[in-house]
Parts: sequence; C-alpha cells; structure tokens
Amino acid sequence: MTVPDGPAAAGRSPAIVISGAALRFGDTCHFAGLDLTLDGGRTTCLLGPSGIGKTSLLKLIAGLPAAGLSGTVSAGDGAPLAGRIAMMAQRDHLLPWARLIDNTMLGARLRGEAPDESRARAILTRLGLGPAIDLRPEALSGGMRQRAALARTLYEDRPVVLMDEPFSALDAVTRHRLQEVTARALAGRTVLLVTHDPAEALRLGDRVLVLNSRPGALREIEVPGGAIPRDQARGDFAAALGRLFESLGDGGAQG
Amino acid sequence: MKSMGRLAAALGAGIAILLLWQGAVTLFAPPPFILPGPAAVARRLWLDRALLLDHGLITLAEIGLGLVIGTLIGIGAAIAISASRPLRRILLPLVIASQAVPVFAIAPLLVLWLGYGMASKIAMAAIVIFFPVTIALADGIARLEPGLVDLARVMTGGGSPRGRRWRLLRHLYGPAALPALGSGLRIAAAVAPIGAVIGEWVGSAGGLGWLMLQANARAKIDLMFAALALLAVIALLLYRLVDGALRRATPWANSTDILKESEPT
Ligand SMILES: Nc1ncnc2c1ncn2[C@@H]1O[C@H](COP(=O)(O)OP(=O)(O)OP(=O)(O)O)[C@@H](O)[C@H]1O
Ligand SMILES: [Mg+2]
Repeated sequence: MTVPDGPAAAGRSPAIVISGAALRFGDTCHFAGLDLTLDGGRTTCLLGPSGIGKTSLLKLIAGLPAAGLSGTVSAGDGAPLAGRIAMMAQRDHLLPWARLIDNTMLGARLRGEAPDESRARAILTRLGLGPAIDLRPEALSGGMRQRAALARTLYEDRPVVLMDEPFSALDAVTRHRLQEVTARALAGRTVLLVTHDPAEALRLGDRVLVLNSRPGALREIEVPGGAIPRDQARGDFAAALGRLFESLGDGGAQG
Repeated sequence: MKSMGRLAAALGAGIAILLLWQGAVTLFAPPPFILPGPAAVARRLWLDRALLLDHGLITLAEIGLGLVIGTLIGIGAAIAISASRPLRRILLPLVIASQAVPVFAIAPLLVLWLGYGMASKIAMAAIVIFFPVTIALADGIARLEPGLVDLARVMTGGGSPRGRRWRLLRHLYGPAALPALGSGLRIAAAVAPIGAVIGEWVGSAGGLGWLMLQANARAKIDLMFAALALLAVIALLLYRLVDGALRRATPWANSTDILKESEPT
C-alpha cells in the first residue's frame, strides 16, 4: 500500500533550462524567444489560455518532435535528459487491449525491464483503482482513465515529470484527494504541471507561471506560503488566487 | 434473440433466391444443360455427395493451407516493411508487382514448377492471400496513434537500444495493429478460394475447380452447379471461422467494427 514518496535520490532531480523556445506556424507566432528554468526538485505550474502552446512546450522539454516548435532544452547537471522524463499527456493514451495493471507497467515492458507488479498494484490502489486493476480501459469512466494514466506516469518513477492537465476529468473531491497523493509522490522531483485550474496551480506549485497570449511571455505569480499541497483555507491563498485570475484575464484582454 | 433474427433474415434471403431461380427455370424453361433448377442441383448434391465431399476436401485443404502460409508470409512481409526503410524500398514494389500480374498468368508457371498436385494450388492461394494481409498490417503498424508514439519515445528514451524494436512491436505496434490485421485477414479469407480454384482450372487432378471443368465438359451442368454451391458454402464457413477467431482475439476492437452485425451473439 505504499507509493514511493519522492525519487530515491531527491537530490538528483535536475533543473531544466529552456532557451529560445518558439512556436510558429507560418505567420502565426504563439510564442518566441521564451527562456525558462525549471528549478530542480521543485514543482512549476503553468497556466495560460487554451491554444497558447502549453502542450507544445511540454513536448519541447520531452524531446518530442512537433511541427512549428523550436528551442533548446538541457538539464542543469549537464547530463542528457533522455530517459529521465515521465510524461502524462493531455489525453490518457491507454492501450485498449491491456488491463489496467499492464497499462501501468508499459514503460518497463518497452524498456525490457522486469515489470514490478506489486508496485504497480500499490500505485493503482493508492489512486483508488484497486477494484479495476484487471479491467481494460473500455470498462473505465473518463476520470478512472485519467487516474490510470496518472498511475502509469507515477510508475515510471522518473526524476523529471511533465503533466498536462492531469486532474481535468475528476470530480472535485477526487481531484482534491489526488492532488495530495500526487504532490507527495512527486515531492523532490522536477515537475512541470500544466493546468487550467488556478486553485490547483496554487495548491501544487512551488512556482506558478502564466503564459500570456499576445506578448507570448511568461509571467510569474507570487505564491502563498505553506507546505505543498497548500491549504486553501489560508488567508494569503485567496489573495494569490485573485492575482492569478487577474493575470489570466490580462493576457486575454491584451490579445 | 438478435442472432435468431439474423438467421431468419439469411434464411429468408436464401429462400427468395431459390424461388427466383426456380421461377426463372419454370418461366423460361431453359434446357437443363444451360440452367438446371434448384431441385435438380439439390438432387445432384445428394446423389454425388461422396464425389463432391472428396473434391471439396481437396479444395478446402488447399484454401486452408494457403491461408495459413499466405498469412505467415504476409505478417513477415509487413514486419519487414515496417521495420526498415531500405527493406521497404525493396519489398513494397515486389509485393505490389505480385498482385499486378494476374494470378491466371502465373498459374501455368506454378503448375509447371510445383506440379499438378496440391502444392501449386496452395501457392496460388497464398499469393492471393498474402497481399491484403501485408498491406493491412503494415498500414496498421504505420498508423499507431501519434500520442502513443510520443509516449513510447519518452518511456524508452536513453534506454538500451538492444531489442528495443522487437519490444515496441510486441507490446505496442503489434497489438495496436491487430484490428487492421484482422481486416486484412477477413479480405484474405474471402478471396482465398479464387487462388485455389484458378489453380485447379489450369492444371490439376482433383478439387472442386477440377470437378466443375469436368462437369462442364460433359454437359453435366447440375453437377457444376452443385460444386459451385459447395464452394460457396466452404467460402462462407471459412469467412465465419476467421471472423469468429479474430473477434475472440481482439475483443477491444469489436465495438468499432463495421462487421459487428454479423456476430452471432
Ligand atoms: N499543424 C499546425 N498548424 C497550425 N497551428 C497548429 C498546428 N499544430 C498546432 N497548432 C497550434 O498550436 C497551438 C498550440 O497548441 P497546444 O496544444 O500547445 O496548446 P495548449 O496551450 O496546450 O492548449 P490547451 O490548453 O487547449 O490544451 C494551438 O493554437 C494550435 O492551433
Ligand atoms: Mg494542451
């Protein structure tokens, strides 16, 4: 019933340095000349209007080729990033033929490692999917599918984790609970989490960034105090939330 | 319940065709050596049942073995085409050329090389069969969802490249392409009899194709029709067999299957 909290060696989660990132299609420029450093072992939350290029930025970091995308990405420790990243995409991309447990252990199988079934079970159980372990994705609800994708990402146990709206399909209560579980499992890793939910960003992010539309620039929002996952009942949480909403609104207004 | 309805519909269609056939025979009264009635054909089916069964089994064996061999070759060719660009450049034109030449043109050669026995017919059937299997599977492998391609890339990045392709094929590309392979196999099962029967026409000592030629030459048209009817039954049964096996092998793909209607539930 235990999920590894934080990577085995938390100190090994590298910072990630992104420079000159750009997303252009013909005359349309979504962003350009974007520089960003993700602090090692910290969680950075990224917000911004739909279609601005958040998913594209994740792809750039993950080293995935995509049309219109350019820029350089490197790890703060100088070692290659390949093999140190786990990515949870916006869509779940579960294998329709595989049981949940096998979906979770896909990475191990593709790498030729021995799959660790008891760890996969523990993670699935922790995410509330215990009874569904032997089901195929077709038998799952949208939220369950998303949790399965989350389980697969956590199973990877990588020092760098990229997540694209990981809780978007969940009900409020489950979301709140899973934010906690995830925050604990990801503590000490370098995380970039894309979300449309300002409260989620403030709950989970050591840093919160907003990608604005027209200028295509990042703006950093001051986060409230407190340990992650932060308590929403704190006074400064509401204030930060207000600033964040304002910032999100700004981008749209300027565009 | 639904399957009863489908069975009734199929039976109804069969009876309607038989009635039309009998009606045409009654109305136009063609000589029996041009078009025998269904009753005459049924009688012939019964009287010559041993003969028909003998030759039917020969043809069935040719089709079945052709299907197995053609499918294996098709799967191998598809994997080779998908695995390497140079191999694709060499193999794909060959695969396509093998279908551009009509089977009728190759048949005499195969009979010359492989003899009058079953081997040449199995080869013919395999040639007809491997093409849809190759194309469907290669297509299925190439069409893996881009999101899954990305996922696999991130998961395997930096890892040891030894056996990586094989693992990707076994755990990702292969299973993902199974429904596509299934489509190819269904087509293959439906066209398989063509290869075998053409082979028998060109040169053989047995099989339903051979029997049809013999019957035709002796103006025993009712026997020819009986052989034809048996061939149709074999083709249908083979298709249902392949279809059923595929359904069990890829249950996750069935809900999006346009052929689902034919499933006997
Ligand atoms: N081939 C293409 N041609 C033109 N524009 C494209 C192409 N591919 C992607 N885009 C554009 O790139 C932009 C960035 O897409 P991306 O998926 O990164 O956005 P996002 O910020 O993740 O949005 P969302 O919040 O809705 O997920 C979108 O506006 C999209 O229209
Ligand atoms: Mg996105």
